[in-house]
Amino acid sequence: MSKYYLNYLDELESEAIFILREVWAQFDSPVILFSGGKDSILVTHLAKKAFYPSKIPFPLMHVDTGHNFPETIQFRDAVINDLGVQLIVGSVQESIDDGRVSEEKGKNATRNALQITTLLDAIESNKIDCAIGGGRRDEEKARAKERFFSHRDDFGQWDPKNQRPELWNIFNGKHFEGEHFRAFPISNWTEMDVWNYIKRENIAIPSLYFAHQREVVWRQDSWIPNSEFLVLEAHETIETKKIRFRTLGDITITGGIESDADTLEKIADEVSGMRQTERGNRTDDKRSESAMEDRKRQGYF
Amino acid sequence: MLDNNQLLRFTTAGSVDDGKSTLIGRLLYDSKSIFEDQLQAIENTSKRKGHDGVDLALFTDGLKDEREQGITIDVAYRYFTTPKRKFIIADTPGHIQYTRNMVTGASTANAALILVDARHGVIEQTKRHSFIASLLQIPHVIVCINKMDLVDHSEEVYNNVINQFEEFSSKLLVQDIRFIPISALNGDNVVNRSKNMDWYQGAPLLHTLETMHISSDINKVDARFPVQTVLRPQNDTHRDYRGYAGRVASGVFRLGDDITVMPSGFTSKIKSIDTLDKTLDEAYAPMSVSITLEDDIDVSRGDMIVRSNNKPEPVQDIEVMLCWLHNEPAKPRAKYSIRHTSNEQKAMIKDVVYKINIESLGRNMEDKTLNMNDISKVKIRTTKPLMVDSYRENRTTGSIILIDDATNETVAAGMIV
Repeated sequence: MSKYYLNYLDELESEAIFILREVWAQFDSPVILFSGGKDSILVTHLAKKAFYPSKIPFPLMHVDTGHNFPETIQFRDAVINDLGVQLIVGSVQESIDDGRVSEEKGKNATRNALQITTLLDAIESNKIDCAIGGGRRDEEKARAKERFFSHRDDFGQWDPKNQRPELWNIFNGKHFEGEHFRAFPISNWTEMDVWNYIKRENIAIPSLYFAHQREVVWRQDSWIPNSEFLVLEAHETIETKKIRFRTLGDITITGGIESDADTLEKIADEVSGMRQTERGNRTDDKRSESAMEDRKRQGYF
Repeated sequence: MLDNNQLLRFTTAGSVDDGKSTLIGRLLYDSKSIFEDQLQAIENTSKRKGHDGVDLALFTDGLKDEREQGITIDVAYRYFTTPKRKFIIADTPGHIQYTRNMVTGASTANAALILVDARHGVIEQTKRHSFIASLLQIPHVIVCINKMDLVDHSEEVYNNVINQFEEFSSKLLVQDIRFIPISALNGDNVVNRSKNMDWYQGAPLLHTLETMHISSDINKVDARFPVQTVLRPQNDTHRDYRGYAGRVASGVFRLGDDITVMPSGFTSKIKSIDTLDKTLDEAYAPMSVSITLEDDIDVSRGDMIVRSNNKPEPVQDIEVMLCWLHNEPAKPRAKYSIRHTSNEQKAMIKDVVYKINIESLGRNMEDKTLNMNDISKVKIRTTKPLMVDSYRENRTTGSIILIDDATNETVAAGMIV
């Protein structure tokens, strides 16, 4: 008998496509949460495959903190243009201006937690019943407990102790009005799987992932990029380093690593030898042992 | 990783003391899947709690409550990769009160790891885990006889455990059972062959997981294609395209195959099998594709495309081994929504035939209640036909869930007898 089995990347791809089609079949108004990071780019690529030869039959949604890498926004707009789908933007700045949230104070202030309100507002005002995310179970310990179809109550909250069991490939997306779901098609992918697949499929990703010269400052064990939002401490100095980013979040909290990896091949090689998790350079996760779980309970990505 | 490397999903079940977490920690650590910052975090926690050394078990705790109570409550998924395979571990708690989580973890597994403490031999919990592996038809069972270091690495103890296990497992339906003597703590026969047990001729655990034959775990005979959604692009290049999107549940579909759409019974031939990358000559489980047919017939979500010479049975009365998942017990003769592949109908539990006593594995014919964690044989009547195979032959087209329409919660999972 010839080879009637899939390799691991094909099996992960097939699983993700299955999930994306289930979302489309079970919900009225889904969106893909698109941050411009590699995971949401991957989910978008998989959605293209899931619905071919149709276009992706739902919009992409970006929660814009205003603290972006300019490259991310350019990349986002190019993707939208290429796919011919609608873009919904939820603006944290607008949430601040409307008095829905207030800026954090202090030296490590970020807009990270403020996104929760903007995200939930955008979900409510656009009547979204399922927000598809690029969360992966290998990323973080609270995410390891996440379902493919994850229920959110009418306050947008996650109740990790009271999740619906998921057996075989049967997914239950039933919900009452005002509630919504988060769906995570790449739950079972690891960071290495993502890079191997991006390399195999030659998927376009923002230049920030490749090694480049950049002005940075050493803070909380990683290289934080210089930007209009950066406030230097007395002991800190700006240096120019050849760095790249393993994850992309706000420019204020995303740390880079020193690297020479300027091709997908070299990135995949570098990642396979990494001894630190990718979120190790995210100051938002360093606040406490349950920083992610606490934010997720409130409605975070 | 090579291009032809496969994905193997396995489940572990166990309680606090049988070394399950240590074993998982060992597999992750020795395959270099634990990162330095994770190790650092766990070292800090171990120190704060006053533990000696690094408590590898902390890797498998996810939620705040689990860390506080020191137990696994929910299924946690772990990942590791070797040069030969990618692995997904569904790590589940072993206590009877978490049967539903064991069942959940077992539902997608190729293999089950069952841990036995060499000092205690086969105990109730071993039987419970083995029964669930058999009930959920996990194709491969690996019995790890752990803590061999505490019984002087004795071959006699090992053989006694095998005899005990085989005595009761003859009643179970497991196709492939293997036994490995290990010490998770010291790493004997986990990744590396043990120097302390020369008498053991078999492979260590990791090598077993890397090389066991799993291509035949999916049914390759009965071609089944549950339709998830219909793709109608109506754009310039695909004006009349009408593709049926889905994932092949089992078997192989080829161009030109004579097919029947169930339950309508309409027949046609496969015109094309499409993906974004290329059109295919054949599609097999578990590929996600879009299928077009020669004839314009009515097909929608919930229908199943099958080969005309091999059709499943459309039935409204099914017998099911049902695991109750919800803390609200079943209401007598209440109606539920039933999900079978992409098909959803209404259903009523007409009768509870018997309940399994999960400690003794005996049958209780009197108790008709269905409470959380109960496993019972029940009779279900559906409003419209389902296209089913028996679970033993097909894990995808032989499984169902029940949903309570009042709460939208998934309340039960069942395997069609």
